[in-house]
Amino acid sequence: MSRMYARVFAIFWKDVLSEIRTKEIVTAVLVFALLVLVIFNFAFDPASGTTARIAPGILWVAFTFAGILGLNRVFAIEKENSSLAGLRLCPVDRMVIFWGKLAGSFTFMLVIAAVITPIFLVLFNLPLFLPRLALIIVLATLGFTSVGTLFSALAMNIRARDIMLPILFLPLVVPVIIGAVETTACVLAGGPWSDMLTWLEIMIAFDIIYLVVATLMFEFVIEE
Amino acid sequence: MNETGAGSGAWAIEVEGLGKSFGSHRALTGICLKVGRGEHVTVFGPNGAGKTSLIKILSTLMKPSAGTVCLDGSDISKVPSEVRRKIGLVAHQTFLYDDLTVYENLKFYGKMYDVPNLEEQIHNVVRWVRLEARLHDRVGTLSRGMQQRISIARAVIHNPSIVLLDEPEVGLDPHAIVMVREVLDSLSAGERTVVMTTHNLEQGIEMSDRVVILYKGRIVYQEHKDRIDIATFRETYDRYTESAK
Repeated sequence: MSRMYARVFAIFWKDVLSEIRTKEIVTAVLVFALLVLVIFNFAFDPASGTTARIAPGILWVAFTFAGILGLNRVFAIEKENSSLAGLRLCPVDRMVIFWGKLAGSFTFMLVIAAVITPIFLVLFNLPLFLPRLALIIVLATLGFTSVGTLFSALAMNIRARDIMLPILFLPLVVPVIIGAVETTACVLAGGPWSDMLTWLEIMIAFDIIYLVVATLMFEFVIEE
Repeated sequence: MNETGAGSGAWAIEVEGLGKSFGSHRALTGICLKVGRGEHVTVFGPNGAGKTSLIKILSTLMKPSAGTVCLDGSDISKVPSEVRRKIGLVAHQTFLYDDLTVYENLKFYGKMYDVPNLEEQIHNVVRWVRLEARLHDRVGTLSRGMQQRISIARAVIHNPSIVLLDEPEVGLDPHAIVMVREVLDSLSAGERTVVMTTHNLEQGIEMSDRVVILYKGRIVYQEHKDRIDIATFRETYDRYTESAK
């Protein structure tokens, strides 16, 4: 078992090293997300009473569409020099490859969320210390990247992958995004845990379903 | 084949009735090939003959449509992970990551194969391909020929008993071909079983114990090197190459 984790970590670390050197995913996604936040900040008056109602939607629109940009790049690194074939040659279960790639995309998206969320809170005059929002971000990111990593692999060999990925991916990830918007609205309005419990349970259920199904499907997606 | 579907184990590679179809197109039909341990076989054939499909199936990258393939007695369809430990593949793509250094690439693949004494093995293979001086350079900064030598080092980092070479010289300049050939020659000098596809007749024959010509997905010729007259072989090969045009 420890060997399996070591291999998952090897794939994860390889992706982190590549990203540290190229900054392809984080830079593109961060710039896009920040632009969306700034544009919405000018479109809506942060001082008005509507902020608490529209802010959750703005945060998750920025996260979702910027995230798709990043997901497009998750398997691009494996396309150069046919490195995915090199991975497929290794004597490891396909699940190990999926989890390694998932760990990378999950980490990149968390880093992006860690940067854009404080900026979002400042721009919309919201309190900075919101620990419950951190939990929502982790749950939403896990569901988002579980399906996203699978579809990124699926779209890798499609000619119009930049267009196809969102078309295939967004309808599936909608329940998690709606859950994230609803729970974020509750947190920003200062509501109690009980008000967001149902949505949290839905997000956890979808995360588990996405993780299991994506893990099982991955082998069929990457085989020739 | 025995009752469990595994090969007899007497051969390094046992291929029986192998077929591969892509829709209505048959890339390989009824391939039967047995390669002994330590034997070096070169597969020639015009473009589209099915050489790459054969190598992809032998390396477990592609599933056959029909027939069985056993490597060192293990059926590739039944125990693919076990088979993958025994093979190293060098293709015209390097399977390397341009943004990682030579050392990081080899360390990554070494970990994936769970190679014991990995640090020592990395230095051994890099010394073997004569690129110790570039160990900490990013792969993307190396020439195509150097990248191919690192790709060979990657393929043998786990000391496989079978090495598959799919046109390893494609895209290399003459100087790089000489350098890569030197490495491939020393690869052939060991105890490893080698199956190579190439268009280079001289090198292919020189490196092999037996040569095979694949044409339209079928083995149409195979002969031991000792019994080959190069001029006659060239005529035979040219005949198939011309008729494939």
